[in-house]
Amino acid sequence: MSAVFAKVPFAAPLWQYRAFIWSAATREMRLQSMNSVLGWLWPVLNAVALILLYMTLFVEVLKSRLPGSDDSMSYAIYLCIGIINWTYFSNTILRSLNIFGENAMLLKKAGFPKITLPVVVVISQGVQFAIMMAVFAALLIVTGRIPGWALLGMIPLLIIQQTIAISLGILLGTLNVFFRDVGQAVGIILTFWFWLTPIVYPMSILSPAVASFVTTWNPLTRIIVGYHDITLNNTMPDMTNFIGHIVLALVLSGLAYFCFKRLYSAVQDYL
Amino acid sequence: MPLISIRNITKKYHTFDSDWHRFLEAITNGRIRRRHEHWILKGISLDAEAGESIGIIGYNGAGKSTLLKIVLGVSTPDTGSVEINGRVAGLLELGVGFHPEFTGRENAVISCQLLGLAPEEIPPLVEEIKEFSELGEYFDEPMRTYSTGMAMRLAFSSSTVVRPEILVVDEALAVGDAYFQHKSMARIRRFREAGTTLFLVSHDPTAIKNLCDRAIILEDGVMIRDGRPDEVLDYYQAMVNRRKKDEEIRQFQGDGVVTTRSGDARMEISAIQVLDMDGKPGRVFKTGETARIRQTITCNDPDVRPNVGIMIRDRLGNHIYGTNTHLKKVAIHDRFEVGTQFHVDFDVQLLLGGGSYNVSVAVVDDALHSSHLDWIDQAVVFQVMPDGVPDFAGLTPLPASLSYGLGPGTVEEPERQAASQMSDKVAAGD
Repeated sequence: MSAVFAKVPFAAPLWQYRAFIWSAATREMRLQSMNSVLGWLWPVLNAVALILLYMTLFVEVLKSRLPGSDDSMSYAIYLCIGIINWTYFSNTILRSLNIFGENAMLLKKAGFPKITLPVVVVISQGVQFAIMMAVFAALLIVTGRIPGWALLGMIPLLIIQQTIAISLGILLGTLNVFFRDVGQAVGIILTFWFWLTPIVYPMSILSPAVASFVTTWNPLTRIIVGYHDITLNNTMPDMTNFIGHIVLALVLSGLAYFCFKRLYSAVQDYL
Repeated sequence: MPLISIRNITKKYHTFDSDWHRFLEAITNGRIRRRHEHWILKGISLDAEAGESIGIIGYNGAGKSTLLKIVLGVSTPDTGSVEINGRVAGLLELGVGFHPEFTGRENAVISCQLLGLAPEEIPPLVEEIKEFSELGEYFDEPMRTYSTGMAMRLAFSSSTVVRPEILVVDEALAVGDAYFQHKSMARIRRFREAGTTLFLVSHDPTAIKNLCDRAIILEDGVMIRDGRPDEVLDYYQAMVNRRKKDEEIRQFQGDGVVTTRSGDARMEISAIQVLDMDGKPGRVFKTGETARIRQTITCNDPDVRPNVGIMIRDRLGNHIYGTNTHLKKVAIHDRFEVGTQFHVDFDVQLLLGGGSYNVSVAVVDDALHSSHLDWIDQAVVFQVMPDGVPDFAGLTPLPASLSYGLGPGTVEEPERQAASQMSDKVAAGD
């Protein structure tokens, strides 16, 4: 076991602190479930309510359809899968912004591996994501729209998406210690980013110039389109389209690591 | 191979005119410099073997805490090397990572997780924490219902549940009531015997004397003394005296206790000194030594007849002993001219246990007791080290002897009483 860990970066401390990581990741949910009758059911109920709202609103009330689709539910599915993944992505970034400030006492007074903190963010947001996805999948099964094996294609896309998210999160979180402006700006930028990604609208309504801009410069576009293809057309994503994404994810994580390593000592003294 | 090897480490804290400068310098690895530097540690080297326990003393800001943080790994030195071959645990602050809504048990689990323990190792340790903290049913109540003492007990029990190779302790070892304090000291002592290396920062000479076999003094980021605790503490004592020499009354107000002063100042206490029997200023006494508490008083009103007094209190504010010139039937009825200074000495034999004590001093009008001329609470602090007397329980080592005999003791036998009185006399004659 330890021989394997020696080769993978950070594996040893992450494995040793697995109990801490899981408890920190679920800490907020455990706090919320305290003194409430339904406890752990609330996150699930939240997910159910949100998805049911989209379903009834867009299917029954607005009767929205995707262009070129006869399925009355296609737009609701399109919207849900996009929003669920976007939420995971953007919340990971947002929660990373205050990663140092929120854990200042731990970092200053208790010796423990810092690398656990971003992992805690990814996992805690991952739990929320998993609940949403589970509810969503249940709905697809009930309505007979569950895609087949193509669903597994979500896994590589998710890995790319979350690597980008946490790398950006660490980068911006480190900068945010020095410049509080970063946190403010990120909120605004994420709003624009959301609307520059085909989550609410289909790509086909964009003019060719805008569509090509959004596809070229917004790494999330292809990822979200990939999710759409999986859930609506049951087609595996073509990974050759994602080579650029993999490079980007690697470069960003390298940059985040470099920045963290360079700045951490200063962060420590600043906290 | 030493367990800890620290080589010539330095640490500077930097202030910057703007956060932009701070960032610029950090990201370029210091090639662009915009800092203002404050040295905290100026080249400290230190080796520690397994089982050694090192007390660190020095004034505030001497760099003690920074040194501890570097050993604990939550701060990085600017230059020099730190090599640590073992697991370090810190008691810099108790209860880090606790949440008031969680129960004592849940917080104990969190604390174990923070120590990097595996999930399967934790449950038996939590039972041990429950036992050591003696919280009983409260262990399964939310922590917000705890008293401060209970929270401290839980925190100490949790952070010391596993014996670390190196334990770093900052000041506040005073956890909970006296009973639990003793229990936690015993646990640390047991760690030490099992081979834990201890780093202890304290202002309390007694704690260092009790727990450490080596002491160092830091002054201004430099290690100026490294040796046996009694020698080093004596040196520190001399340092403190030298520094405080001419500071008169104000000197006594910086001891970490709040001094309050009241009175109409018709007579004014212009200096308070604690002297040893050689007439030298002293702050640390052994049990049974005599201290001279000297007040120098300036007269501002020639018609006042002063009654001068002292009250000795322990750390918790318990009155230990108080007296004044009136009770001692020493009438100061001289007529002092305005501006005259006179002094009053109280020689007190310190039949006291180890710890820190403070003295309040006062001059009141002898004719009118409610009229304060000058009254300074907690004006001066001194330490007593339980040295040269056998260990005892309680506040004061009352002169006591004991004997035993076969069968139930009887009280009516006159010979026996006479015999024990005899033996008392013999003992007193020694």
